[in-house]
Amino acid sequence: MSGNKEEVDPRINGIKTKIRVVPDFPKKGIMFQDITTVLLDPKAFKDTIDLFVERYRDKNISVVAGIEARGFLFGPPIALAIGAKFVPLRKPKKLPGETIFEEYELEYGNDRLEMHVGAVEAGDRALVVDDLIATGGTLCAAINLLERVGAEVVECACVIELPELKVCCREI
Amino acid sequence: MFAAENGLKGDPRLEAISAAIRVVPNFPKKGIMFQDITTLLLDHKAFKHTIDIFVDRYKDMQISVVAGVEARGFMFGPSIALAIGAKFVPLRKPGKLPGKVISESYELEYGHDRLEMHVDAVEPRERVIIIDDLVATGGTLSAAISLMESQGAEVVECACVIGLPEVKGQHKLKGKPLYVLVEPSGLDGFC
Repeated sequence: MSGNKEEVDPRINGIKTKIRVVPDFPKKGIMFQDITTVLLDPKAFKDTIDLFVERYRDKNISVVAGIEARGFLFGPPIALAIGAKFVPLRKPKKLPGETIFEEYELEYGNDRLEMHVGAVEAGDRALVVDDLIATGGTLCAAINLLERVGAEVVECACVIELPELKVCCREI
Repeated sequence: MFAAENGLKGDPRLEAISAAIRVVPNFPKKGIMFQDITTLLLDHKAFKHTIDIFVDRYKDMQISVVAGVEARGFMFGPSIALAIGAKFVPLRKPGKLPGKVISESYELEYGHDRLEMHVDAVEPRERVIIIDDLVATGGTLSAAISLMESQGAEVVECACVIGLPEVKGQHKLKGKPLYVLVEPSGLDGFC
């Protein structure tokens, strides 16, 4: 949305001003974008959800996938409002049933994202939700998981985008 | 108290919610019949019923804060908060919240864990409900109540989708009311 030529919706500035920046978290040099302060403002939180719902409600989205854990704060309200299933994408060993996983790179080492087998079906139209996109590594892992089971990822939606975004998806 | 004994007896929504919850035997370890709410989230109607029942209960109670316990409390809490016009406050595992926090420890079967909250999230005299997917021993919810009370807030009620049998008949947690939608499925051996 930041690349759109449309007029900027006035609600966006209201949301922006509610995001708190916490310096040097989780480590020195990182200016952490804290969305918990948006959640403390019912109007700003509602505007955030409304903006996403308005964008996606006529796109026949059947699945909203949220990335643990802050994606769980935004994904379910969007899913409920647009009539879609909500699917949590979780860190390893949290989901109780049979899972598939996708690995992604961290600054040092790797991590994994897991999804329940059977949660998403071939032909599902999916939206992936997280609070923030930095390098895109986690979102790419999410896209891969969904595409592996035959879903179509319509879009990834984040509240915050960081300027140093590097595109990490590779065509396989 | 269970919803069926408190005004929702025979409500077909409760049956739909119960039927949508999947039981996974022997997770996370042998002998535990894990109550999996991810299948409830896949059933849009049943998920909506769940939120609607909590919203109907709390919308006229002047609740200003919905606090949700990480991570499954995050799947229910925000939708309730949005619908009743309350703040949502995440209660998290240690080290996750970026700002200044207060913390409370609670017992696990083996050892302890801690629940953290941002210090500026809740103000004195705010009216709070605390949400989680399931209540078993009440240890986590007790820690959450302590966090709220340490800030001078009033916990009006704790609310969970599922309540294990050991909470039946025990309507209060640290003196606070407990509201539960359904009992666990599958405990009679049928999956």
